[in-house]
Amino acid sequence: MDFFNRFAIPNPTPTIYASMVAIALTVIAVIIGLTYFKKWGYLFREWLTTVDHKRIGIMYLISALLMLFRGGVDAIMMRAQTAVPENTFLNAAEYNEVFTTHGVVMIFFMAMAFIIALMNFVVPLQIGARDVAFPRLNLLSFWLYFVGAMLFNLSFVLGGSPNAGWTSYFPLAGTQFSESVGTNYYMWALQISGLGTLMTGINFIVTILKMRAPGMTLMKMPMFTWSALVTNIIIVFAFPVLTVTLLMGTFDRQFGTNFFTMTNGGDDMLWANLFWVWGHPEVYILILPAFGIYSEVIPTFTQRNLYGYKSMVLSMVIISLLSFMVWVHHFFTMGQGALTNSIFSFTTMLIAIPTGMKIFNWLLTIRKGKIRFTVPMLYSLGFIPLFTIGGVTGVMLAMASADYQYHNTMFLVAHFHNVIIPGVVFAMLAGLTYWWPKMFGFMLNEKIGKWAFWFISIGFCLAFFPMYISGLDGQARRMYTYSAETGFGVWNMISFIGAGMMAIGFIIIVYNIYYSIRYSPRNVGDDPWNARSLEWATHNPVPEYNFAVTPQVNSSEALWDAKKNGHKLFKGELKEIHMPNNSGLPVIMAVLFFVFGFSFVFSIWPGVILSGVGIFSSMAYQSYMKDRGKHISVEEIKETEAKFGGGKK
Amino acid sequence: MKIKWVILTLIIAITTVLTGCEPLKVLNPKGPQAETTADVIWISIMTMAVVVITVIALYIFYVIKASRRPDDYEPPYIKSNPIVESLIVGVPVLIIIFLTVVTVKSLYVVEAPPEIYENQEPLVIYASSSNWKWHFSYPEEDIETVNYLFIPTNRPIKFKLYSYGPISSFWIPQLGGQKYAMVHATTTLHLAADVPGEYMGRNANFTGKGFAEQTFNVKAMPPEEYEKWVEEVKATAEPLTKKKFDELLEPGHLGQLTFTGNHLGFSPPPMSHGEMSSDTEETDSGLSMQPHESKDKSGNESD
Repeated sequence: MDFFNRFAIPNPTPTIYASMVAIALTVIAVIIGLTYFKKWGYLFREWLTTVDHKRIGIMYLISALLMLFRGGVDAIMMRAQTAVPENTFLNAAEYNEVFTTHGVVMIFFMAMAFIIALMNFVVPLQIGARDVAFPRLNLLSFWLYFVGAMLFNLSFVLGGSPNAGWTSYFPLAGTQFSESVGTNYYMWALQISGLGTLMTGINFIVTILKMRAPGMTLMKMPMFTWSALVTNIIIVFAFPVLTVTLLMGTFDRQFGTNFFTMTNGGDDMLWANLFWVWGHPEVYILILPAFGIYSEVIPTFTQRNLYGYKSMVLSMVIISLLSFMVWVHHFFTMGQGALTNSIFSFTTMLIAIPTGMKIFNWLLTIRKGKIRFTVPMLYSLGFIPLFTIGGVTGVMLAMASADYQYHNTMFLVAHFHNVIIPGVVFAMLAGLTYWWPKMFGFMLNEKIGKWAFWFISIGFCLAFFPMYISGLDGQARRMYTYSAETGFGVWNMISFIGAGMMAIGFIIIVYNIYYSIRYSPRNVGDDPWNARSLEWATHNPVPEYNFAVTPQVNSSEALWDAKKNGHKLFKGELKEIHMPNNSGLPVIMAVLFFVFGFSFVFSIWPGVILSGVGIFSSMAYQSYMKDRGKHISVEEIKETEAKFGGGKK
Repeated sequence: MKIKWVILTLIIAITTVLTGCEPLKVLNPKGPQAETTADVIWISIMTMAVVVITVIALYIFYVIKASRRPDDYEPPYIKSNPIVESLIVGVPVLIIIFLTVVTVKSLYVVEAPPEIYENQEPLVIYASSSNWKWHFSYPEEDIETVNYLFIPTNRPIKFKLYSYGPISSFWIPQLGGQKYAMVHATTTLHLAADVPGEYMGRNANFTGKGFAEQTFNVKAMPPEEYEKWVEEVKATAEPLTKKKFDELLEPGHLGQLTFTGNHLGFSPPPMSHGEMSSDTEETDSGLSMQPHESKDKSGNESD
């Protein structure tokens, strides 16, 4: 049938068919498992419809970890293909799909989800709030992200994956050169999850500005919360650009408009500009929360206050402003001439100054401290030197005349992995290990965790440092193969070995989670790390209402003050707590958005119209719905507190 | 404390390799423009090495100290010191100013015709990309090649770059940096070769399936030899017709081809990108971008 032809894969291979079978079997196994153990009701009531920021955070976290493995497998496949010259493990078409999905999955569905997971879980606790400002919107954000991620991954087995690179430059991504629906998937998966991210941005700005505990002025917020605030402000300014750009791309591909086309007045330079107007701030959306995590971990494990609190805040604000003024450095080679490039070289290098301030502040925090070598601290200690190397190569790339030689080469690939992995990924792993007891009430095994750290760090160095060299020797990025006489072989082989070590590191982390679930002691107390900020003043794992009594804050290290300086965190009697009700509507909207996105990808217009009407009806219903939330009585609180071992009075 | 040794070894290993016996292409320039960028790269590597070594030395020192505290040591609460804070801002500011000066100066050098050949008329070559080939038109000589480029040494070459498809990036690492070739605007790249020899040239910007093989050979030769080659082409090669050229534009790979005549007449390049370069003849065209089609109608015949 004609209708079904559109779902065929353009380049089918046994691997893809095998994956189809594997995906189908996994889905069937999950459905049977849930039915057999009668967990559908539990899953739906306690998780899928929850408005609890902690559970939403954990759902983001699980999704992000799944995506980490999806993107990681892509990475290993790329390194395997290029490990030796003239390799035939993948062909050009497959390689192009693999590196495109690697980029998109890692940035949008792994890194973004991971930082939003940690923000969701930690920020309300750090500011002493009971939830975020708009809990139901928060759940909708999660579902939009999840729908986007699933839609994107579906492209692999239905219709074909996108293959124009994660930057998806037009006219390459236009219908003339990318005929398959792959790029439609790119447009709609990012569009839907991008809307979710935008809502998260608004939600967290309001939460942080309006819901802080009494006494917590802006300059007394913990550093991770500060980083979350700045990040979400960048999200709110940057993501609308992505929304509009993706929409223009969709119109070009599906409705025959000419924004980026080669004919009829379209402009191929426009996409690159618009994409990076969003894309560069995006880099800081990822790295600022990472800086926030290091600013929590380093003081905790050096057992002293963060050096230069004010300059840490100031540097983040400066970075957020500069992040919107540097996008041209992604295409210095577009021919805009010496003057324009000089200006953007300068603004780009300026970012090194606030970033340098932060590095030195962390060093000065360590200076008079007393280090405890825990897993989160190891990641932070690995981060400082490795990120410094990544940072200075960034300054090298910022020098436009030299960038003409680095652009589009493996040197660039080495640079951005050198900032993203020791910067963002190390921070995520540090944060995961650090806040794990807060989430689940037990610790991850330290010894196994340290093994993972060493595998990942050494693997990272082996995987990415050789790329600096092969880049300077003329290896362009995104090449699926190269000849033996180029001499790139040796560097790529080292890279492959490094990538393998990193893969082992991540497998060790999975094993550590399994091992710790089975064997870790459950009585770790409320404050196992001897930490400093407010989230450690409540129980592990955290009760639904976070704090039985709203804490009083007098500094950015409220808990430390309570422990060392006799500050009284919890004053007053237990009172009835008002909490939001769970909501099924975001789940329904998720289904509608999925149908909408899927239909749009394949231009099935009845599906688009019906689900579109459904989406707007749900929004209208939501607007007129009266839900006053629920109240947790004093008895119930007392009961819960007793269950958690007495708790704070 | 293994990590810092790992890092130190790696840094030393990298510098050894960078300065090693077989020089990397980008750091082994064969023309004035590539020499300028290689110098900039070395300046930046040296400056950044100082930064990295300073940071890592401080890091090692502090980490060792902080991990050998006696048991009864209670880390103090420290307020930030304004002198220290201004130092960690001030020094980077100076470094950035220095690197900006280096960058801006070198930018104006590489964006202009090479200074040492200033008194020579540049050889103009139109280099256009199509999936997945490079077409080189020599309007002066009235010849055209595909996937290979012969140039005279010691003479400035002015490349006019444009594309018949996705954005491509024209790159000959040993002669100079990249520049994009695009559909709607012609960009200008000034290069020159000092030393006769064969160099690798390629498209560096991803253009789809055949991207990895979108390369071309560059042969720089003394002017006399170059003249001889041109004469030979004119005597032996087939003429390039519009029909033939349209065939060449079809997506795919081709070997090296040679023609007399060129496509500039029947398929003219787009207008110049309004650059702020020293190229005065470019500026009057401004940022006008016209599609190929409309140009065809306007009939810009030069043949």
